[in-house]
Amino acid sequence: MSVSENAQGTRNEILARNRSSAGDRLLRALRTPSGGVFILLIALLIAVIAANPSFGEPGSLIRFIGRTAPIAIAAIGQYFVIVSGEFDLSMGSVVTAQVFIAGNLIGDDDARVLPVLGLMFVFGAFIGLINGLVTTLLKVPSFIVTLGMMLALLGMVLYSTGGAATGNPADSFRQIGRGGIRDVPVLEIIPYPVIIFVVTAAAALWLMRRPYGRTLIAVGDNSRAAALTGARVWWVKTRAFMLSSLSATVAGIILVGYAGVHPSVGRGYEFTAITAVVLGGVVLGGGRGWVLSAAAGAFALETLFTLLNFLGVESTWRDSVQGIIIIVAVAAAAQTWQRKRRGASSRTHEPTHPIAPPPTVGTNERGI
Amino acid sequence: MNRLSRLTSTHIVYLVVLLTVIVGTILVGSVGRSFFSTGNISDILTGTSVLGFIAIGQTLVILVGSLDLSVPYVISLSSLIAAGIMANQGANVLPGVLAALAISALIGLANGLVVSGLKVHGFIATLGMGLIISGYLATNYQGSSGQAPLSFRLIGATGLGPVPISTLIMLATAGLVLLMLNRTRVGHHIYAVGGDLGVARMSGIRTRTPIITAHVLCSVMAGLAGLLLAARLGVGSPTIGSQGGYDLLSIAAVVLGGTLLAGGKGSLVGTLGGVLIFAMLDNIMSVMQINPFLKDVVRGLVIVIAVAVYARRTVITRPPRFEKSSTTPAREVSA
Amino acid sequence: MRRSILTKVTVVAATSLLALTACTTDSSIEDPPTEDTTASAAETEPAAEETSSDEWFVQEVYDDQYEQRSATFEGDPEQPWLQYIDGEMTDTAEYAADGAQKACFANASISNPWRQTGWITMNEQLKALQDSGVISEMETRDAQDDDNTQIADIDYFIAEGNCDAFIISPNSTAAMTPAVERACETGKPVVVFDRGVETDCAVTFIHPIGGFAWGIDTAEFLSEQLEEGDKVIALRILPGVDVLEQRWAAAERIFEENGIEAVDYFTGADPTEIKDILADELATGDVQGIWMDAGDGAVAAIEAFEDAGADLPVMTGEDEMSFLRKWEETGITALAPVYSNFQWRTPLLALEKIFAGEEIPAEWILPQEPITEDERGDFLAANEGMPDGHYAKFGGEDMEGYPEVWQERQIP
Repeated sequence: MSVSENAQGTRNEILARNRSSAGDRLLRALRTPSGGVFILLIALLIAVIAANPSFGEPGSLIRFIGRTAPIAIAAIGQYFVIVSGEFDLSMGSVVTAQVFIAGNLIGDDDARVLPVLGLMFVFGAFIGLINGLVTTLLKVPSFIVTLGMMLALLGMVLYSTGGAATGNPADSFRQIGRGGIRDVPVLEIIPYPVIIFVVTAAAALWLMRRPYGRTLIAVGDNSRAAALTGARVWWVKTRAFMLSSLSATVAGIILVGYAGVHPSVGRGYEFTAITAVVLGGVVLGGGRGWVLSAAAGAFALETLFTLLNFLGVESTWRDSVQGIIIIVAVAAAAQTWQRKRRGASSRTHEPTHPIAPPPTVGTNERGI
Repeated sequence: MNRLSRLTSTHIVYLVVLLTVIVGTILVGSVGRSFFSTGNISDILTGTSVLGFIAIGQTLVILVGSLDLSVPYVISLSSLIAAGIMANQGANVLPGVLAALAISALIGLANGLVVSGLKVHGFIATLGMGLIISGYLATNYQGSSGQAPLSFRLIGATGLGPVPISTLIMLATAGLVLLMLNRTRVGHHIYAVGGDLGVARMSGIRTRTPIITAHVLCSVMAGLAGLLLAARLGVGSPTIGSQGGYDLLSIAAVVLGGTLLAGGKGSLVGTLGGVLIFAMLDNIMSVMQINPFLKDVVRGLVIVIAVAVYARRTVITRPPRFEKSSTTPAREVSA
Repeated sequence: MRRSILTKVTVVAATSLLALTACTTDSSIEDPPTEDTTASAAETEPAAEETSSDEWFVQEVYDDQYEQRSATFEGDPEQPWLQYIDGEMTDTAEYAADGAQKACFANASISNPWRQTGWITMNEQLKALQDSGVISEMETRDAQDDDNTQIADIDYFIAEGNCDAFIISPNSTAAMTPAVERACETGKPVVVFDRGVETDCAVTFIHPIGGFAWGIDTAEFLSEQLEEGDKVIALRILPGVDVLEQRWAAAERIFEENGIEAVDYFTGADPTEIKDILADELATGDVQGIWMDAGDGAVAAIEAFEDAGADLPVMTGEDEMSFLRKWEETGITALAPVYSNFQWRTPLLALEKIFAGEEIPAEWILPQEPITEDERGDFLAANEGMPDGHYAKFGGEDMEGYPEVWQERQIP
């Protein structure tokens, strides 16, 4: 007994010695690319508020979060695919398809809202399933699979509707993206998209801490090694594609409410989402990055657009500014990852600080 | 091992080309037209020349393990610079061409430096570069601008029988790039770096050079495509590159041609096959008067199905120099 | 081995091709460009100091279109697609032909609701003319918004189409000029509509009055309804398209004259973008007016005001159904300018006249009358059941497929 208590003591002591204080850990986390995006986001927010103080009022901020929610949710979905080492270019077309489904099938009929909502989720999951299966089982690169899906799905939607949706869905449905809980103290209003975003982010965070999330990152880092440890790589990746299409579905539902039914809703969403994810320090090619950083990347991107707006940058130059910032941010992140990889093992664990307690005498011998 | 699985992806690509020709002959014949008439062949080959230039460059960057999404904007910029300098003066053709290509090369250099030096993924580096150029174009050019003189426009409008001069120039360029890939050191290094950056570095290759070379050549190819478009349009246009959707289309053509998107393995000859497939597909669908929305559906399906055909089998896509030296079959890689 | 065989085959094939064929050059390209094109090319050179609208503003054309808004149109007002402003006529006796003729249509695209609606109408008109034995068939190639593709399309028609006439809806003005000239050189009648080209070789060029007229109608309306110092947000689709740029060039000038503060944005017609822009604008201050260069994002613009709890603006949209419906529902002060969608009927009807040898206007300027609040109810009633992306002045009420074809948006 005393031996094991002793060992426990040593273990805690060693753990404590190796583990720096919470503040230290936070600081170190902020120095990684996945943490750096939060600094970027805060800097951009300060700049926006300096340019236009009324933006800093709680009411404006919460509305801003609300309107960024769909792209942030899409970025979370894209994160699953990218961290597993793949791409999802079909996201924008899925959003547009869902917008059309909502517009054409719900119409003015409140009773149809729930069944059509169900149908949209099934449809989203189905698209993801196809993307995933063709990528994993037919071994077609996901860039090509989802590019083909992007063209085919959008073409199909436009062909079957003649390019224009026939209806504006019922108000109860549009409230999901347009409305909110009113008369909230301080904030005035909590838009429903904010709540949906928080729930999605929490679910994603939970999922990434589950065995599935760990396997997903392992698959993205080295799929062969993950397969050798017994992971069913094809199913892990396929589920990532389904998560991506489902998040595009959620984004689509919010966008129908926010913007209405229009063929250009969702256009370019795939590139914005990928940019947001990469801005969040997630590495293209897979295996690295934090899911909430992807969402933060989306917020940073939207804040940047707002800042350019408030600063009165000529609209034609905005693309250029965006391009420069993306390159600089990702270059900075790439440098940090590199430094980390080179220096990590030597610096953090000095020989005087053993990582694990020395084997206690006798633990390895049976019978004592 | 059956005979089919011994075919390289390039062979399969050309089998798909053959299949497309057969299907095309039947379909085009069914609406009372000839697939092999002068006008039709000229239409198909014209379709290959612009995309061909871009796909050649795209093959190089993909081989080296990168991507180039900035090509549409380089194309537009090149067409504007060339047409602007030429200003309808025959004497200005050479300066116009050189300036357009020089600017394109500089953009490629910047792409290459960002990718190899700052370690930014090609996807993001070139997406960002594309945005930067797009802002420049939108700010400085309102609509088409400049004027290509007659002597330059002839390039876009002259043909040897049904074969447009532009296609011949494209094929000649492809031949030069093929020579570079197979005969020169930097060509070999492009394959090596794309195959495994770490291994290439350890075997003493300076990995930056091939990456930068590929990006510079890719942008120059896009510049050439822009020049060809300036010749065909007679003016420079700030949107001509994005109108064609050449970024994703060229990547699709390269992958359709059997090059691995991850880099290191693939062939330029296959890429040309991929380009030809797209051109024939467009031609057939236009002759059949397919609904434009359905055209995209067909394109999307063909891209995925065609790649799926040979992506599943094990293919040998090493350049010949590896095969010559070994008596045993080259290592087979699953694409 | 296979590779070398492949190479040999290619070389042999290429050499034989070279040997068999003579060098050919498309003829029209050899015409030296006229002074005219050179001059206009020089005009469009970018000028660093000028703002974009200055560059697109041409006083002479502006004045013409200002007059044309109140001009008398020849022909039956019940059939506005056949009306025109009196002017130079083209004699078409040389094109007179018996029996059904084949038309070849090089279309820029059907990538927006306006073009889709027009394309549906055009096909109904085609059916009517096929029934009456004027047109045997119409072969269409769609360039999907690409200049290069459209040039190839026109060249294909010239070489392979067996066309008796060409209809061209150019994707862009300068770039399409040489190809249109090549079509003219076949000696067959060429009809150009919507956007123009820099040549007058076509038998007729069909278009509504134009972009400046749109800008004048809308900006004058807003200036009347608003007071000096009020703020107008201009929501524009994209830069560089002449038809759209002229709308803004005229409007910006008029706003300036009337002391109205106008801020313009490019939205790509994306309603999400429109809402974001207006949310930001409403967060920083009041907005009294909305000006749009195309109406299909108008609903999102009004909703942005509703969501922000701000007073609804005075606004100009377009004759798209979604806007007309929202306009009625909210009761805002508004005007629906029109880029007459019925012009898609005119090219085929022009061919009917050409094959009959009747003279037609060399430049066929169609009426372009905005829909006012008083007329709104009539248009809403006439277009009941049409989808939101439908255009009220589509001009197909008297055709056989009405209204199902447009309601179901059957695109061939």
